[in-house]
Amino acid sequence: MPKELWKGNEAIAEAAVRAGLEAYFGYPITPQTEVLEYLSRRMPELGRAFVQAESELGAINMVYGAACTGVRVMSSSSSPGVSLMMEGLSYIAGTEIPAVLVNVMRGGPGLGNIAPAQGDYYQAVRGGGHGDYPRIVLAPASVQEAIDLTALSFDLAEKYRMITMLILDGSTGQMMEPAEMPAMQEIKRKNFEWATNGAMNRERRILSSIYLNPLDEEKTNLRLLTRWQDVQANEVRYKEYFLEDAQFIVIGFGTAGRVALSAVREARAQGIKVGLLRPITVSPFPYEALEQLTGQAEAFLVTEMNTGQMLDDVMLTVRGRKPVEFYGRPGGVVPFPDEILNEIKRIAAGPVPVHSNPRVSWLHRATAHA
Amino acid sequence: MTTPNNLVYERPEAFTESPTHYCPGCTHGVAHRLVAEVLEEMNVVDKTIGVAPVGCAVFAYNYFNTDFVEAPHGRAPAMATGIKRVLPERVVFTYQGDGDLASIGMAEIVHAAARGENITVVFINNANFGMTGGQMAPTTLPGMKTSSSSLGRDVETQGYPIQVSEMLSTLAGVGYCVRRSLHDPKNIRLSKKAIRTAFETQVRGLGFSIVELLSTCPTNWGMTPVNSLKFVEEHMIPAYPLGDYKISEAVKQIKV
Repeated sequence: MPKELWKGNEAIAEAAVRAGLEAYFGYPITPQTEVLEYLSRRMPELGRAFVQAESELGAINMVYGAACTGVRVMSSSSSPGVSLMMEGLSYIAGTEIPAVLVNVMRGGPGLGNIAPAQGDYYQAVRGGGHGDYPRIVLAPASVQEAIDLTALSFDLAEKYRMITMLILDGSTGQMMEPAEMPAMQEIKRKNFEWATNGAMNRERRILSSIYLNPLDEEKTNLRLLTRWQDVQANEVRYKEYFLEDAQFIVIGFGTAGRVALSAVREARAQGIKVGLLRPITVSPFPYEALEQLTGQAEAFLVTEMNTGQMLDDVMLTVRGRKPVEFYGRPGGVVPFPDEILNEIKRIAAGPVPVHSNPRVSWLHRATAHA
Repeated sequence: MTTPNNLVYERPEAFTESPTHYCPGCTHGVAHRLVAEVLEEMNVVDKTIGVAPVGCAVFAYNYFNTDFVEAPHGRAPAMATGIKRVLPERVVFTYQGDGDLASIGMAEIVHAAARGENITVVFINNANFGMTGGQMAPTTLPGMKTSSSSLGRDVETQGYPIQVSEMLSTLAGVGYCVRRSLHDPKNIRLSKKAIRTAFETQVRGLGFSIVELLSTCPTNWGMTPVNSLKFVEEHMIPAYPLGDYKISEAVKQIKV
């Protein structure tokens, strides 16, 4: 297919439709609303289910119900709305059924603002909902990647009977870029052996997240963890840029990673041997790839649009063997490439100590300027 | 076991063999049975998907021989919406208590009704949160003692009971909305007829249907089963009058 000009949010909506989305339930919230608006006309046009729910609580539980029948179902929201959905996400995880959720993140906490941010990394990657459960989290950095990862998210959710979340910030949701949309997939209802779609000519089925006997719940927790090991072994995705001879390695996801790439290119032009690792699956995080790089790197620079959340995953991997520095713009501020370039140059000029807490040294630098 | 010639009563096929966990004298078992009989009589057991609540009926899925899902507290109407929208030919019902439906799940029930979702709701009103040990519910009567209104519900500080059927009957999406009681055989028969009409409303695509059933909770009320039936008659019915709160013109045509 030829490239067309697509807005991020609408591209995600259409990519989901083409991946066989049979039901969408959502609620308006900026900067995600175009997903809802687009699907409000697209889904009925195709005879598929669309409901604007009474709240994000309603939306995620409609997703939960539809997911129990085994169809491809999705919701989308932005940070405060996703917080409301955490109850449903935990239930969906506990019931071991596939569902896709898109979080077009904005500045927070609280009502925050509607500007692009990455402050929901912990919530997406570490949990958010109650109980022990893993989830797959994909972080696109362009409209094209958002399209590709939307399609992939349904496959992963079904394969592992697991929530797959797409986290992008408001800028990727709102920007327009040339992108190629995949062909329309025919809807093929899979005959999942767990789906509650009416007990015709078969034994009845129950879908629930309740295990009153703690030993049964423990088994469930272990089953989820075992399944997660498969995900970790097979589904880690990331992009590498200029890493072969890199002495300095920048790590960033989504828009922060994309801005960092501009900085890395400029630094290369200035003769600094710097590369970029951009995780695409932030959960499962590319620990292995980072471990490999720990040997060659003189220092790392983590850059995020928050106060240092993925930073923890990097530090868990590097474990003090090499210096890790941090540069963040939280609250809805998108860094300029020059800001990251300056950080690269500062680190390359060295020497950089191994900080026990790079977040604190960054905060000192950041507040000294202000 | 051979079937006796004079068989007058047996377990509906829509029931599993599992004995219920309900307290002696509780009317949940009666309500379950009425739903099971209706599903069987309508010949829709194999195309029905039930949505269980959080509350005493959390294990309803163990007792019905249909597909079942278990909703988060109060969210059953949203889950039922999700199921029914992708499987419109299936019969989808929720079974919810008053804590579930009238407290935490008020937004979900009101909006499912307002959208005219073609689902059926069986609403058990026993004026308290049963499963957690008898706390005050939105439906608890003024002055009624519960474990969280231990001095009796004081409407000045704890608010007034919510009359769910009256409220939902104002919504255009509702096809059928009635209140019945399970305190004696006559009213149980009327309850069954109402449940049948509610499911008929759904299969005809005539909008949202709900049957509110006044029920007992002998354990948490601290009464004998017999006295709790009297309590329904003497105290619950005056506060929650039985009746047809909304029957749309199309539903009125249904003969059961």
